[in-house]
Amino acid sequence: MIYKVIAKSEFKRFTDALLRDNTSFGPRQVDTDSRGKAVYQFLPVTSSDDVAFDYTATASSAKHFFLPFREELSRFVFQDQEWDQQISYEGNPIVLIGLRACDISALNILDDVLLKGHFPSPYYLAKRKNTFVIGMDHLPLPDCFCKSMNHHTISTGFNLFCSDIGENYYLSINSSKAFNFLKECDTRDPIDDDNCRLVERRKIISDSFRSEVDVTALPSILDIEFDSPVWEKWGNKCLNCGTCAMVCPTCYCYSVEESFDTNLKGATRQKKLYSCNLVDFAEVAGGHNFRPKNGDRLKYRYYHQHRGFAENANQQICVGCNRCGRACLAGINPKDVINDLRMEKESCLTNISSSPDRI
Amino acid sequence: MPDKHFVIPRQDINREDFTSSIPDFNRRSEFMKTDMGHKCIITNIVRLTEQEKLFKLRIIDPHEQGIFRFKPGQFLMLELPGYGDVPISISSSNSNHEFLELCIRKAGHVTSALFTLSEGAHVAIRGPFGSSFPMDEMAGNNVLLIAGGLGIAPLRAPLFWISEHRERFLNVAVLYGVKEPSQLLFTYQFDEWEKINHITLHTIAEHAEAGWRGKSGMITDLFQDISIDSEHTYAIVCGPPVMFKVVCSYLDNLGIPMNRMFVSLERRMHCGMGKCCRCMVGSTFTCVDGPVFDYWSVMNLKEAI
Repeated sequence: MIYKVIAKSEFKRFTDALLRDNTSFGPRQVDTDSRGKAVYQFLPVTSSDDVAFDYTATASSAKHFFLPFREELSRFVFQDQEWDQQISYEGNPIVLIGLRACDISALNILDDVLLKGHFPSPYYLAKRKNTFVIGMDHLPLPDCFCKSMNHHTISTGFNLFCSDIGENYYLSINSSKAFNFLKECDTRDPIDDDNCRLVERRKIISDSFRSEVDVTALPSILDIEFDSPVWEKWGNKCLNCGTCAMVCPTCYCYSVEESFDTNLKGATRQKKLYSCNLVDFAEVAGGHNFRPKNGDRLKYRYYHQHRGFAENANQQICVGCNRCGRACLAGINPKDVINDLRMEKESCLTNISSSPDRI
Repeated sequence: MPDKHFVIPRQDINREDFTSSIPDFNRRSEFMKTDMGHKCIITNIVRLTEQEKLFKLRIIDPHEQGIFRFKPGQFLMLELPGYGDVPISISSSNSNHEFLELCIRKAGHVTSALFTLSEGAHVAIRGPFGSSFPMDEMAGNNVLLIAGGLGIAPLRAPLFWISEHRERFLNVAVLYGVKEPSQLLFTYQFDEWEKINHITLHTIAEHAEAGWRGKSGMITDLFQDISIDSEHTYAIVCGPPVMFKVVCSYLDNLGIPMNRMFVSLERRMHCGMGKCCRCMVGSTFTCVDGPVFDYWSVMNLKEAI
């Protein structure tokens, strides 16, 4: 990693040229919600004026540039009684500007999931390889718990990361591509003063987290609490809409569907993002559903996010952005569910200590 | 900076991107081909019952036929372009490189479409995927194969393996339970298994029909007919979810170690490659880590059965 400092005005000139020359996406305000707060999304941008640099968090995550809602896996062209299967791995160069540290962490987790193991996904790799990621640090929203998940700072997975240190940006350059671009710009090596400002900035960010989720030994707590009434309680609220998985930056589960073209001359195999909270997620042929109840499905989601992956890849899949909590129509958020699970344990501690035969 | 240009060049993916990934015995030689199906011709269709048909497939391309090898217990994704692809366990012998046999029940819209096909039609297969029964580990022991209903289909591959290497095994018994006698599959092979391969076969039907001379009752009733030497017995169990629990706990009580009981789980895989998570149980993928698990692993997986 190479560190540089760039004046904000010079950075604007750099991003103007970069965003103009490439297909670029950045945070833009699209609407205001019922409480009058701005709603942001990653949308096409052509200059730095389009980018809402002071945005809080986007409603949807940046995963959709890599895992679109619908993606063509292969195409069949019919001819007489025969067919020809065509597969293409498309990746057009894009620039993503303004990603938060937790968003980039989420991409790193997706890399682990989709590019490791027995069958690395070429569809994902083609897109990931062609994406130029510019990260920006930010002050967390009151309900973010990235710090608890240790995803509030980031050291890999981006091309360029900008920390706001007043008049200047402190740049972490993580790719030769970014380095070569910045050679053309007016930058300087950081001096002591800049380093101090960076440390200060990081401290301010770290101290601004208002929400905390205790994830210590969470995998084993989830195991122990498998039959806890907490699941039924929260499951009864769940509407099975799957919104949480759609906005989640790391949820990648999908279903595969095939459909004929209307002229019957071809067919496509498509992958469609799916959610484990949808009723038929674990249904098999013949109609048996392995997770028939709301609570089962909600539990499975927490299991996958906080336990399953922890066992396989030694990290939890949740980055703590709380997009699911904000988007949930039933008001379910991971902080409350996990704290509820922990409360169970703590209440049994008090039961034990206050039971008469212990005195 | 109007004179400066920062154009990001397009990068294609290539073979080098995957050199560090795990070499998988399933994996096709070219990375681009994991999503590409092998085109097959249906050479024969046998109607086994009202609901089940046995499809015999031959891979058309001789080169692809040469590299397609599987182990007993593995499954493949059978694809009918435009309709979809479904996971089907392979029920033929893995020493037969000419043909593949798939026993399919008409259950969903892909299998319904398959049932309209006739001999000579083309389908595609991807795979094979998943884990297999450890046949070499079982050699030298008694083997107990317990099937419920369509569960006989995945057990046919290990049965073929045992038949071909019969001298390496001690007693081999098949316990096969169905709901109604008319649902018995592969009845035409029963004589061959019993008389030629010396495999003891016990069948039972839950609801006896007129003319059924066999036993009626649940599959566990068959255990009375056989004696099990728990020291030297391996068990393979496949059937509906309820059956696993009953049968495996019975065998467990007999003293068969959990790591010598193998089950083949069923889930609706969409990708077969451990990516879509549809078949995930806890932290385990049924498509990559399974479908064959030992009972110890299953016991440790919540919601598995």
